[in-house]
Amino acid sequence: MIKRFLGATAVLLALAACGRSDPGLNQTGAQPDLPRINETLVPPMKIASPVGWDGETPVVPDGFVIAPLATDLQIPRQILVLPNGDILIAEGSGGHAPKVRPKDVIAGVIKAKGKSSVKGGNRITLLRDADGDGTPEVRTTFIDNLDAPYGMAFVDGALYVAEQGALLRFPYQPGQTRITTPGQELTRLPSAINHHWTKSLAASADGLTLYVGIGSNSNIGERGMAVEQDRAVVWAVDRQTGAHRTFVTGIRNPTALAIEPTTSALWAVVNERDELGPQLVPDYLTSVREGAFYGWPYSYWGKNLDPRVHPQDPDKVAQAIAPDYALGSHVAALGLSFVTDGGFGGGFGQGAFIGEHGSWNRQDLSGYKVTWVPFANGRPSGPPVDFATGFIKDGKARGRPVGVTFDPQRRILLVADDLSNTVWRIAPRP
Amino acid sequence: MAVGSVAFHAPFKALGGLLLAFPIALFSAALATDIAYLRTAEIQWSNFSAWLIVGALVFGGLVLAWALIDLALAWRRDTRRMAVVFAVLVALMWVLGLINAFKHSQDAWSSVGAFGLILSILSTVLALAAGWIAYSRVDVREIVR
Repeated sequence: MIKRFLGATAVLLALAACGRSDPGLNQTGAQPDLPRINETLVPPMKIASPVGWDGETPVVPDGFVIAPLATDLQIPRQILVLPNGDILIAEGSGGHAPKVRPKDVIAGVIKAKGKSSVKGGNRITLLRDADGDGTPEVRTTFIDNLDAPYGMAFVDGALYVAEQGALLRFPYQPGQTRITTPGQELTRLPSAINHHWTKSLAASADGLTLYVGIGSNSNIGERGMAVEQDRAVVWAVDRQTGAHRTFVTGIRNPTALAIEPTTSALWAVVNERDELGPQLVPDYLTSVREGAFYGWPYSYWGKNLDPRVHPQDPDKVAQAIAPDYALGSHVAALGLSFVTDGGFGGGFGQGAFIGEHGSWNRQDLSGYKVTWVPFANGRPSGPPVDFATGFIKDGKARGRPVGVTFDPQRRILLVADDLSNTVWRIAPRP
Repeated sequence: MAVGSVAFHAPFKALGGLLLAFPIALFSAALATDIAYLRTAEIQWSNFSAWLIVGALVFGGLVLAWALIDLALAWRRDTRRMAVVFAVLVALMWVLGLINAFKHSQDAWSSVGAFGLILSILSTVLALAAGWIAYSRVDVREIVR
């Protein structure tokens, strides 16, 4: 009998361990290799436990330097550079999903092992580095008492902040280092449960529309489809009136939105579903085409059926379109920034930087880096290139990239790291 | 059998019977909620199953410990054969229940599906069989005594 138990335990451990990926598969670009679905009783899990940077930094390509611009933040997520060069950092943690299954309790404990123990700031911090030497002269709490701020946009003299439950407008005077007046609520945002709580934000090129990315309320509908009303969508919000329309649907978790500068098209990075195996489903970068349905929850990468969803919906699956560009499975892309005005030049003149927070749902870690996707004529034009790495050392996580922002005025790239609570500044070597 | 031994055994048997009542009831209830989920695709039924199975495993684990102790005590007696059968049934029930708990941790339809239903049926049948043996055995012993 003891043997039977040991046998059963060994089987379960073996199931948990078979989450390694096949390095022969190409999981990036327009036509990623998609292996067969491999559901296991215990999903493959590998949490990189946090460890300090110890004076070291991420690794950047030759010709670039990297240094912390700010440390001791409170869970920095997204970054915005104001017209006067001031840098805003949204800090916070959201979500209030109840634990409705034993799994929710256990998974919460496991995933917390890979996160910072610092409490989210629920604020926006301002950094001013007027002389551009990489050491801010001013650091203030720009806006306080927010509710998990994430997306930010600056349009026509006003700052827009997407909290986890509302889109706010703050009037702004140039040079201001603190705003104490409460924001005007442009529109409420769906926030019940908030399994995926981040509300990403981008303004259209003409400034008339604010796009808000709203993630799904579950992995693939396991909280019931009733709570998925207005989830896994991008809203287009009229900047004047706050009226919204649903711009695209079935887009599981659009964690960052940005305007491609040569075409003015809206693009997004999107986190795809878990627990179909270490190499399903690739997270992606895609242009966001009005009216499109991206498959969630019924299908992935176009019309590949997810058998876990009942009742199924063949009509919806038939409409599902494949995204433009795969970034790799479970990389957890959370940051997107297109370069403008020639970027860093050379190989980094046209394209987008992408912050990859890193995986939990596979044995071999993926993500945990900042990558570069080259563009030509407004479309991806080649495989992704590692830009900032070294977030993992000896299997432990020193940092986890979130938002990335290219500042064309100073030609620097800013990277928010919500594990070491740092904002990194990457600049061409002087 | 000594009188003192009987006095010692009675509350011990009662405790075992109480503990065993839990997996019998909870695995059976989980089978019912699994069927309800598969008929309705209403996820709350599957959530109920998940908690019922965890409850069955917690008490089933205690029953298993009790079964192993009972087996050790009965090893040199004529009740050994039934003690072995009982322990094997409880062990199988618990292992299948554990696999089912993991099955129910999968998302949406995969949290039950055909495999989850089969596991629920098997663990329910094993719990009922273990109960049949345990509760019959108490009667037999009292007659012997």
